[in-house]
Amino acid sequence: MTSPALSFADQVRSVVARHRDDRGALLPVLHSLMEELGHIDPAAIPILADELNLSRADVHGVVTFYHDFRQTPPGRTKVRICRAEACQAVGGDELVERAKSRTGVGLGETTPDGAITLEQVFCLGNCALGPSVQVGDRLYGRVGAQQLDRLLEGAA
Amino acid sequence: MTSEPTTVYVPRDSAARSVGADQVAERIAETAGPGVRVVRNGSRGMLWLEPLVEVATPAGRVAYGPVRPDDVDGLLAAGLLDGAEHPLRLGPAEEIPWLRDQTRVTFARVGVVDPLSPDDYVAHGGLAGLTRALSLTPEQVVAEVTDSGLRGRGGAGFPAGIKWKTVLGAASELKFVCCNADEGDSGTFADRMLMEGDPFTLIEGMAIAAWAVGASEGYVYVRSEYPDAVATLRTAIDAAYERGWLGKRVLDRDFGFDLFVRVGGGAYICGEETSMLESLEGKRGMVRAKPPIPALEGLFGRPTVVNNVLTLGSVPMIMAAGAAAFAGLGVGRSRGTQVFQLGGNVARGGIVETAFGVTLGELVEGYGGGTRSGRPVRAVQVGGPLGAYLPTSRFDLPMDYEAFAAAEAMVGHGGVVVFDDTVDMAAQARFAMEFCAAESCGKCTPCRIGAVRGVEVIDRIVAGRDRTRDLKLLDDLCHLMTEGSLCAMGGLTPMPVRSALTHFPGDFGATTEERR
Repeated sequence: MTSPALSFADQVRSVVARHRDDRGALLPVLHSLMEELGHIDPAAIPILADELNLSRADVHGVVTFYHDFRQTPPGRTKVRICRAEACQAVGGDELVERAKSRTGVGLGETTPDGAITLEQVFCLGNCALGPSVQVGDRLYGRVGAQQLDRLLEGAA
Repeated sequence: MTSEPTTVYVPRDSAARSVGADQVAERIAETAGPGVRVVRNGSRGMLWLEPLVEVATPAGRVAYGPVRPDDVDGLLAAGLLDGAEHPLRLGPAEEIPWLRDQTRVTFARVGVVDPLSPDDYVAHGGLAGLTRALSLTPEQVVAEVTDSGLRGRGGAGFPAGIKWKTVLGAASELKFVCCNADEGDSGTFADRMLMEGDPFTLIEGMAIAAWAVGASEGYVYVRSEYPDAVATLRTAIDAAYERGWLGKRVLDRDFGFDLFVRVGGGAYICGEETSMLESLEGKRGMVRAKPPIPALEGLFGRPTVVNNVLTLGSVPMIMAAGAAAFAGLGVGRSRGTQVFQLGGNVARGGIVETAFGVTLGELVEGYGGGTRSGRPVRAVQVGGPLGAYLPTSRFDLPMDYEAFAAAEAMVGHGGVVVFDDTVDMAAQARFAMEFCAAESCGKCTPCRIGAVRGVEVIDRIVAGRDRTRDLKLLDDLCHLMTEGSLCAMGGLTPMPVRSALTHFPGDFGATTEERR
């Protein structure tokens, strides 16, 4: 946690400072901001533009291009279900439908209590042991209906 | 006198962890106590047997699997540490036929060594390639790689030596080596397993490439969906710096090479090399028009080698054993081995590294053992989401670049995804277009608009109102996307669509005329 005395702008600037020596630093900076703050607040965009000598449009363009960067706070736990072909072949789509009905939210949405953000992902590299689900950074393979329920309960 | 602890191997590979390897490792360490040393190795690639536990015995490493945490107590009681009999005992790991029949070159050390131990790496032949490369001139190294016949394993199959020669010949005080580890194709996981299971091989391969072309800086662009690979690679790079394998004086020679890991942003298109370069520069992953080729104007406009993980990971072996050993494997113009990956609805999924020329059927029915569901195989998709769907009648196809191209398919990155007879091929064709619409970078119109129109027209075909006209329209659209797209994303999306239509026309509904 960063000190609450630090203003938002200072927080952003301190992240940029850590990547000062990186070539083409914007992506590493955005990943660091995601790690520390959970999302890229739109208020960060003009600060990043100023610090990195880019236009606001450039920064906005990058933030919105990549699926990983979100501009609103996510739920406490991110649950991502693979929808790519290898997982489709073993019931990945059924898992997506089940997760939607159990949580009551759609893909890309967060439960009203802020516990779970449900997302789709195209391939987690676990194609021989699908269907695959990622909870936070943790990967689960051969996920059946019951295990999905347990994972969702654990995250709730 | 205390005896040496027995070594037990439990993979740290994320596929093994996804089915409980961490709990198994913990349970073994807790229960067996100080008499056991648990090593977290990479995976042998027999993923249906994960978590696969191996124990070092005087007669070699004995394998047990798949081991659930609940099995551990019983295994230890039965004499796991002596390699004793048990229903889960598979025998000596390297004599399991599935593994024994492969030719492990790029994956020679994966599953064998402790991925994060530099000593283990050297003890298993690591650094021999780099040491030899540094005793040769850059020109000689490029010639050796060219003579080996190594082609890009990312999918395009471009000869690596030719690319390197172009970069070597380009005059610039700053050049780069970039490793494309944005392995986004569904059904492929070999890059991930190499990075998690033997990261020093990739580091060594990149250092050799840097020496060969005169580069001083390298980047590995890893997709964010692979957090374990990112962590393993970063730890390995730190260790490599400590040992002097990277840095100002590589292996104490007058040659400096710095290596960095960069993490992608969850965009499939960044696996396209020019899009990846844009992303590395901190920009949107928009595809560049070629020419100029990256070998001449790549990262930040400088001459740049861009190769896939498996391409660079094959280089140390080529330099250590010589070009002829590698070129001696394979068929036609597809030399060496390819790391095939069996996934989807397959009974025995995992890594099959073997010389080019193995047939599709041998992979799917032989190694793969058919479907996991036990139902008949209906279709396989080879080469990722942009690869063709093939029926079982094409199982005679040999896996090589040219034979697949002639069959209007592609080997790509070597991924094979198996589907049983419950698959709806019209839905798969629709998904190919849907995926392209979601992941297109948006730069060129055929891809950006064509994919959206593709979804719509496939929906109309299935609904069957004016099917003949819509089939013609889809054919037109596929032609336009193939010929008019800037890169392989739009250019190859028609491949799964057309192959599904060609081989499984019945899934696309019937025309009004046919219904009458």
